[in-house]
Amino acid sequence: MKVTLTVNGTEYARDVEPRLLLIHLLRDELGLTGSHWGCDTSNCGACVVWLDDTPVKSCTVLAVMADGHRVLTVEGLANGASLDPVQQGFAHCHGLQCGFCTPGMMLTARWLLNNNPHPSSYQVREAISGQVCRCTGYENIVKAVLWAAEYEAGG
Amino acid sequence: MYPSRFRYEAPHTVAEAIRLLAAGGDNAKVLAGGQSLVPLMKLRFAAPELVVDINNLPGLSYHRADPDGTLRIGALCRHADLERSALLAGTQPTMAAAAPLIADPIVRNRGTLVGSLCHADPQGDWASVVLSLGGSVVAEGPDGRRSIPMTDFVTGPFQNLLAPDEIAVEAVIPAAQGERRGGYLKLERRVGDFATVGVAVSLETAGEVVRRAGIALTGVGASTIAASAAAAALTGHSLTAESIAAAASAAAEAARPRTDHRGSAEYKRHMVATFVERILTRCSAEPAERAA
Ligand SMILES: Cc1cc2nc3c(=O)[nH]c(=O)nc-3n(C[C@H](O)[C@H](O)[C@H](O)COP(=O)(O)OP(=O)(O)OC[C@H]3O[C@@H](n4cnc5c(N)ncnc54)[C@H](O)[C@@H]3O)c2cc1C
Ligand code: FES
Ligand code: FES
Repeated sequence: MKVTLTVNGTEYARDVEPRLLLIHLLRDELGLTGSHWGCDTSNCGACVVWLDDTPVKSCTVLAVMADGHRVLTVEGLANGASLDPVQQGFAHCHGLQCGFCTPGMMLTARWLLNNNPHPSSYQVREAISGQVCRCTGYENIVKAVLWAAEYEAGG
Repeated sequence: MYPSRFRYEAPHTVAEAIRLLAAGGDNAKVLAGGQSLVPLMKLRFAAPELVVDINNLPGLSYHRADPDGTLRIGALCRHADLERSALLAGTQPTMAAAAPLIADPIVRNRGTLVGSLCHADPQGDWASVVLSLGGSVVAEGPDGRRSIPMTDFVTGPFQNLLAPDEIAVEAVIPAAQGERRGGYLKLERRVGDFATVGVAVSLETAGEVVRRAGIALTGVGASTIAASAAAAALTGHSLTAESIAAAASAAAEAARPRTDHRGSAEYKRHMVATFVERILTRCSAEPAERAA
């Protein structure tokens, strides 16, 4: 089946099987390996990308469902050479260790700050509650997101 | 994990979707949010030959109240839309309490309330909520629309009353006879886990008197349980320590829990009573929501 989708601002046309999952289209067909394939059971959130304007678990979306839609992956987060404040926050606050959960965490964090520029730490925890990190204990991820919020507020 | 092979259609009108489903018969499946169907297909518990994606059908993502207060939730209204709804926050305490407890925030961005009702998982939260509110599902097929009360809609675990060529187009919550009170409480081991126990309580009150009560239980039986005797213990009375205790014990009796990795049957039954009591005690202390 022919699909056309815009990933990080670039339009791609591909011929795919309907059973191909979005995560595999991104990683295997488009070579965008920033999105990670973790649990494969809709639980861990390592595969989170934006479909149009909302974060989704790309292991639980068929690639054909993205036909005609926009996708944002971690590769599209930075603005040219300057990292997104969320990425800077993760760097500043040591928000990652192995980095496996990080792309999904950052995409959810970006969505949160777009919709709630001044979240409480509870709201950050709630926003990432569908995503698993086996390394950090979440503390530094929360700090990273709050750092980005403050940075964007001009702090 | 890959689903087995299937043909995929994404029609742009309900009529076309129904025609495709009719041609596909028993081997066709509707795809809404995909947050239950896609995992099932990956596990090969479901292997439809035809998948009819309804996400391109226009005008189904609404939830709105009619002038008389009847609430309608379209087939593409996502859990997240309901979670962030000012309408629900102001008029539907049971639904507003349940929405943030469904799955996790990312799953809620895709999954739909109507899809959850259709999926008929005994551990699905919305079925209890809609049952407690006396709601119904509107199905559309080749012969037009029909309304199916939630009490009849679920015919067994993961089974509903829809014909293979019918689409559930909306869920309907009737207007309240009086003021609404209520809540939903869910015991889960972690975010995104299904309910160990879930309890939905929906009251419609006039002054202090309960005119209509609905109590439904999630995760403590082979399907969603309507605790009718518990609701009857409240109807026509005001909320007192006695009526609350009577409803709580009747609800616990209606539960059919099984001992499993989430807890013992005894523990789950106890939690049903505790949750009924907790919601009703809160209802008796708080002002009612604006009637709707
Ligand atoms: C990690 C995870 C955790 C979850 N936790 C919970 C939870 O705690 N509580 C809970 O209630 N749910 C939970 N869910 C399930 C989630 O709520 C689903 O969104 C919901 O069960 C199904 O809605 P959907 O729109 O995704 O339906 P789909 O997955 O698209 O469809 C589900 C079934 O319903 C049928 N169907 C869907 N829409 C229609 C329609 N309009 N007409 C006819 N048939 C239709 C499909 O054919 C399919 O059989 C969880 C899911 C995941 C992945
Ligand atoms: S890989 Fe998609 S949620 Fe884990
Ligand atoms: S940094 Fe290793 S899983 Fe989060």
